[in-house]
Amino acid sequence: MGLLAGATLGLSGASLQGMLRNPLADPGIIGVSSMAGLGAVIAIYMGLTDLFPAAIQIMAILGAMIATFILVLIAARDSSVLTLILAGIGISSLATAAISLTMNFAPNPMTLQDMVMWMLGSLENRTIADILISLPFILIGWALHLGISHGLDACSLGDDTARTLGIDTKKMQLKIILGGAISVGAVVAVCGAIGFVGLVVPHIVRRLIGYAPGKLLIPSALMGAILLISADLFTRIPFGAGQLRLGVVTAIIGAPMFLYIVYKTRRAMR
Amino acid sequence: MTVLSINNLNVTLEENRILSDVSFEVPSGKLVGLIGPNGAGKSILIKSILGLIDGASGDISLDGKDINSWSIKERAQKISYAAQGAPVHWPLTVGHLVSLGRIPHLSPWQSTSTLDQTLTLDAMKKTDVDHLVSRSTTTLSGGERARAMLARAIVTGCEFLLADEPIEALDPYHQMKIMDILKELAETGHGVLLVLHDVNFAQKYCDELILLNEGQIISKGLPEDVLSDENLLKAYQVKATRLEKNGEVFIIPTSRINQD
Repeated sequence: MGLLAGATLGLSGASLQGMLRNPLADPGIIGVSSMAGLGAVIAIYMGLTDLFPAAIQIMAILGAMIATFILVLIAARDSSVLTLILAGIGISSLATAAISLTMNFAPNPMTLQDMVMWMLGSLENRTIADILISLPFILIGWALHLGISHGLDACSLGDDTARTLGIDTKKMQLKIILGGAISVGAVVAVCGAIGFVGLVVPHIVRRLIGYAPGKLLIPSALMGAILLISADLFTRIPFGAGQLRLGVVTAIIGAPMFLYIVYKTRRAMR
Repeated sequence: MTVLSINNLNVTLEENRILSDVSFEVPSGKLVGLIGPNGAGKSILIKSILGLIDGASGDISLDGKDINSWSIKERAQKISYAAQGAPVHWPLTVGHLVSLGRIPHLSPWQSTSTLDQTLTLDAMKKTDVDHLVSRSTTTLSGGERARAMLARAIVTGCEFLLADEPIEALDPYHQMKIMDILKELAETGHGVLLVLHDVNFAQKYCDELILLNEGQIISKGLPEDVLSDENLLKAYQVKATRLEKNGEVFIIPTSRINQD
């Protein structure tokens, strides 16, 4: 599961950064991760897992799909990068607020703890059954990323020039958003919130193979898988009381790297 | 000879009429200059021809065939575009940047072939950037960058090239260098339409001019006819004097008509 999750986050991060022409883009930024999180939290809150075991997964994928649907509605009318990012911020904020609200009304401390532990993100105790539920969605998401590498390269010259190079930019954006939402939603459902992998991985790969966004996709998926497995191994090291959570490890390593990237690219971001 | 013809092009954006009944032709083998004051609609006109503007209506045809009946990819194989300012969002190498111009000829799974690489190198030689092949685009000077972008537009091998202010913000040497390259392209059978601001360059290099003002063509034809005192006054609101030196005529704006 770690391999699948890492590859999905790395792939989606690389394609989103290429599409948005922004080295700070990440599945989190378009609101998909947080909406998936909201779906899962609602499932825990309502105790849906008692009814049937896959409830968290299904609700998380549903959340990711809703986020995607809102994004597609907005992106179909105006496909500018700024609109997408702003829509993503709006969706994330709404989802975060709704998660807080749900926690606020948590019926008992046990449910609250479930929510918190799930949100910290982990690969522990994930079974073949979990993989089987998520696998079809992950594969569909990956398949939507096929054949976009020239388009991403062309997009580094701006959308207008990309279109004059024969790229259907709207179709490509839809593929990336949908593909990202479906696969990341499925990953979040099983593993909880694992941040910063999609953000950091493409930067590492760029150092190794150069900046062309189209060439980053497969190496980013591989690097994402390696990175997440390594981070997971790190969480298995016993540290006094309590178990380290994977989402915590990736955030503690990833957030300073995020700030470093902001520092390095702040001139270009103006 | 192939002709790119634009007939009754109208563009309305957010209820503002940007272009009205614009009709003209760009024949292959000709360098056609599109001139006019700021806000006349020059860039929108170029983008409309490329199918980048949603509010455009009218007939644009290449050799009698309606451009809209082609797929985005087919169109990209016929007409290339050098955008104004032309941002590059990642620090790509110059060689990679130029090779992006081959994308219209590649299927989604194909990477560039030896032929593509040869053509890329040829285009880079033509615009004199072949020595910069592994330099990052972020480290280029304005002149080097403009030449690299032009090589990117040339390498596609299209019959028609539309360039939006290709010599904007360049020094006189590089302005002339770029204009010489465009002129040579036209002389070797390409149809080139370019947006220009410098009336002297327009007069010196272009075979034909189109003068656009407030979304309408107010004059088109030979440069000496289009750049008449009357037209300059009407479009730019300036009075101009002419100086002749070694058989070349230079247009010098001397005063502006005060509208305030």
